[in-house]
Amino acid sequence: MAGAEGDDSLYPIAVLIDELRNEDVQLRLNSIKKLSTIALALGVERTRTELLPFLTDTIYDEDEVLLALAEQLGSFTVLVGGPEFVHCLLPPLESLATVEETVVRDKAVESLRKISQEHSPVDLEVHFVPLVKRLASGDWFTSRTSACGLFGVCYPRVSSTVKAEIRQHFRTLCSDDTPMVRRAASSKLGEFAKVLELDYVKSDIIPLFTALASDEQDSVRLLAVEAGVSIAALLPQEDLEDLVMPTLRQAAEDKSWRVRYMVADKFSELQKAVGPEITKNDLVPAFQNLLKDCEAEVRTAAANKVKVFCESLPEDSRETIIMTHILPCVKELVSDTNQHVKSALASVIMGLSTILGKDNTVEHLLPLFLVQLKDEYPEVRLNIISNLDCVNEVIGIRQLSQSLLPAIVELAEDAKWRVRLAIIEYMPLLAGQLGVEFFDEKLNSLCMAWLIDHVYAIREAATCNLMKLVEKFGAEWAQNTIVPKVLGMANDSNYLHRMTTLFCINALSEVCGQEITTKHMLPVVLKMSTDQVANVRFNVARCLQKIGPVLDSSALQAEVKPVLEKLATDQDMDVKYFALEAISVLALA
Amino acid sequence: METPTKLPPSSPSSPTTGFSVPSAEKVDGFPRRSMRRARQRRSHSSSQFRYQSSQVELTPLPLLKDAPVAELHDLFCKKLQQCCVLFDFLDCVADLKGKEIKRAALNELVESVATSRGVLIEPLYPEAIKMISVNIFRTLPPSENPEFDPEEDEPALEASWPHLQLVYEFFLRFLESPDFQPSLAKRYVDQKFVLQLLELFDSEDPREREYLKTILHRVYGKLLGLRAYIRKQINNIFLRFIYETERFNGVAELLEILGSIINGFALPLKSEHKQFLVRVLIPLHTAKSLSIFHAQLAYCVVQFMEKDATVTEHIIRGLLRYWPKTCTQKEVMFLGEIEEILDVIEPSQFIRVQEPLFKQIAACISSPHFQVAERALYFWNNEYILSLIEENCQVILPLVFGTLYRVSKEHWNQTIISLIYNVLKTFMEMNSKLFDDLTASYKVEKQNSNIIEIKIYKKTTTTTK
Repeated sequence: MAGAEGDDSLYPIAVLIDELRNEDVQLRLNSIKKLSTIALALGVERTRTELLPFLTDTIYDEDEVLLALAEQLGSFTVLVGGPEFVHCLLPPLESLATVEETVVRDKAVESLRKISQEHSPVDLEVHFVPLVKRLASGDWFTSRTSACGLFGVCYPRVSSTVKAEIRQHFRTLCSDDTPMVRRAASSKLGEFAKVLELDYVKSDIIPLFTALASDEQDSVRLLAVEAGVSIAALLPQEDLEDLVMPTLRQAAEDKSWRVRYMVADKFSELQKAVGPEITKNDLVPAFQNLLKDCEAEVRTAAANKVKVFCESLPEDSRETIIMTHILPCVKELVSDTNQHVKSALASVIMGLSTILGKDNTVEHLLPLFLVQLKDEYPEVRLNIISNLDCVNEVIGIRQLSQSLLPAIVELAEDAKWRVRLAIIEYMPLLAGQLGVEFFDEKLNSLCMAWLIDHVYAIREAATCNLMKLVEKFGAEWAQNTIVPKVLGMANDSNYLHRMTTLFCINALSEVCGQEITTKHMLPVVLKMSTDQVANVRFNVARCLQKIGPVLDSSALQAEVKPVLEKLATDQDMDVKYFALEAISVLALA
Repeated sequence: METPTKLPPSSPSSPTTGFSVPSAEKVDGFPRRSMRRARQRRSHSSSQFRYQSSQVELTPLPLLKDAPVAELHDLFCKKLQQCCVLFDFLDCVADLKGKEIKRAALNELVESVATSRGVLIEPLYPEAIKMISVNIFRTLPPSENPEFDPEEDEPALEASWPHLQLVYEFFLRFLESPDFQPSLAKRYVDQKFVLQLLELFDSEDPREREYLKTILHRVYGKLLGLRAYIRKQINNIFLRFIYETERFNGVAELLEILGSIINGFALPLKSEHKQFLVRVLIPLHTAKSLSIFHAQLAYCVVQFMEKDATVTEHIIRGLLRYWPKTCTQKEVMFLGEIEEILDVIEPSQFIRVQEPLFKQIAACISSPHFQVAERALYFWNNEYILSLIEENCQVILPLVFGTLYRVSKEHWNQTIISLIYNVLKTFMEMNSKLFDDLTASYKVEKQNSNIIEIKIYKKTTTTTK
């Protein structure tokens, strides 16, 4: 054993090299994924001197393999001997950061960012920063793109001379020849600004931001919007007006809808960053314009922000601003020509009621809700229904139901089952607040109609709904109003409806109690055990199993047992199975 | 130039025309894809109209042909200015009179530039380019259909096409006019102009892209100072398409222009051009929507080879690197391109790539998808390829023999099996000695592997007992 030690220690790397050269990508991939095991077997020194050079040399492979390699190297610090030696990982990652495939490059940058933190300040300047500079001045756009993501992580930890160099490199990349690099720089501008000293933010970042925000390509400009939000958050209030607002205002009116979309999409962040005064003076009119934009995409993005924007308005003038500036735009959006705009609005509009209070809601918002509840697009209707509770809190269920009930009744028969489903889910709430009489008069028939819906999900929800109603109104109400109707369906010619009876009994037996179950429900169930459809019969067995615990033992022995025994000899396999299961669960054997 | 004639879609009808649910939709809550599309057709947008703040009332000007020579240029200029007014085509009944005046003016301008000499004098250049810019440069509207599939879906057509077409026509005639002077035009048709022109290639409307293609080609031909810039920007568009967005509607058109540009490259090829081939054209093969522009792409690739045979190895190795792994439709396209390449390959270059190439071809022959196998086997029907194979039979036959033999016994598709028999027969005739040797060694190998399998089987069965 001792004599073979030399060979043994070579073995792992031999296997790796073998597998890395294999023609099958999967094998190469597997061996890369086992890289940490191999490094562990080799020990830190040989990992540094043999494995890493080997990997650096062999970087020409399928992107999938390279991706795995880039990821692995990000957590290799311990395997090369700790932070002291972490710079050994830089050469392979540097090559990976220059490959064409974006995912590989991004992963390499991610790993580089990770291991940059493990460098000592000296190593950072000696090894890491030179790498960033090399990437930043690479020939092909890929390396320069990767460099953009690395400035931010090394800047805070280097000397002021190196800092100046880094700033210079970043500046250069912001005016790079290729739009790909400018896009990368634009997307990292905010992050870089965060690690810069405030004076440099003002002297360096602001001009770059202004330039990128007026780039000839809209794909660059739109990325600058996000950077603008980050920069605004860094600056003291008194500088905002001069340094960022002109550019942001221009972005909100950009000729490209993509840029305006971005502004709308980042509006809440922007609002937070610039504070209440600028919000009042600048953002409110800008928001109005975005809500009226000619491109539906932009209106959709803005409509999505209506609630958050209004919520975060300064409290002293919130109501006035909403009533005089925002609400008129919202009113127009309710009858927009684009369904996505309306749908976005419907998902947030109900939230305004909490902000505006009862009177305004009743006077101004309710009519809008009603319009949206009757919208031609189901998604719009659905979004309104799903948010009824916020209005309920403000104006109370009675008023809500009086004004919205007709629309709700209409929706209960909506052609889209998801809309019907949403309505059903509101029934227990409505019923509880409206009281028995009102319910019986207006809504009961709807609840029963859902039981014979042609979509199973609706029938199922309707069954569950009945149970919740009985919980609210009590067993006596159940016996008088719903049980007869449910049991009546046992004679329906459609077996699906007969099964619904069984499902209802499953759900209702417990809340209705022993008496009703034994006297009214059980006979019906037992009678159905001779149904000609096997599915009904095995559901009888399942139903008996379910209601068994509610029954007393004499009923179980005298009535249930014989029926289950008979079903246990049924021709149908499933019927037999469930009958036997019921017998064993109810301990009737 | 042929432009597909399609009626512009009707403008958005008012959305209040009642919402009736198609019966097919009532069954489950899920709208059919086709219906969703049909509904989306309704709202057609164009970003064009936005920039006009107040609408100007147009009044008809005298006809150009009636104008006295002294006033002709002045009138031409006025007409150009008149055509800078934009109209809202989403509202198909709005300002019909104005639209008609502009249409007539544009028609006159087109005809005048196309037929009469001496019209294009220096002061008209800035006015003409301004009119063109105002009309055609606009941010393209968002796609109606976020999952727009250029192969399946109908493209969204530009609503303002009735005017836009005439503006493009005017631009084209302007560039093609015998009076056109590049030295004057280059002051106005500058880099910024070209960049905006290139961005329009993303238009979903094929008619617009068709015009743009011809126009860009003319600009490239006449304005020599812009050539390098145009190539560079096309590069950027492609790189963005490949590595960032995967969406750009005009890839095929741009490639078509490049096809003729490559044709004109001087020899030896500059490194810029080689880089374009290796880092842009070859990676374009990875795009999901390859089928839309594959013909143009393959043409460009073959053009490069015909220019300079030394790039052959780069091309073949590049294609092999990006060989589709799961998409058989793309595999068939790759095989088609390989055949086009082999058609013009120099024998000395063929030798350099034959090994990896025929390994891949063997893999294709054993594809369970019969179209892939069939496409690969068709290579043996190509006389030039067959002659290359024959010359290098010693290398190629051992590479493919095992696959051919195995697939001839196993493939489910009869056509494939008979094609393989033909190929085997061809090989037998080419070099019967080698063929027999390979057959013999294949059988021995097969037997050995059988024996090993049996041994393994016995081992496992005995150990489990």
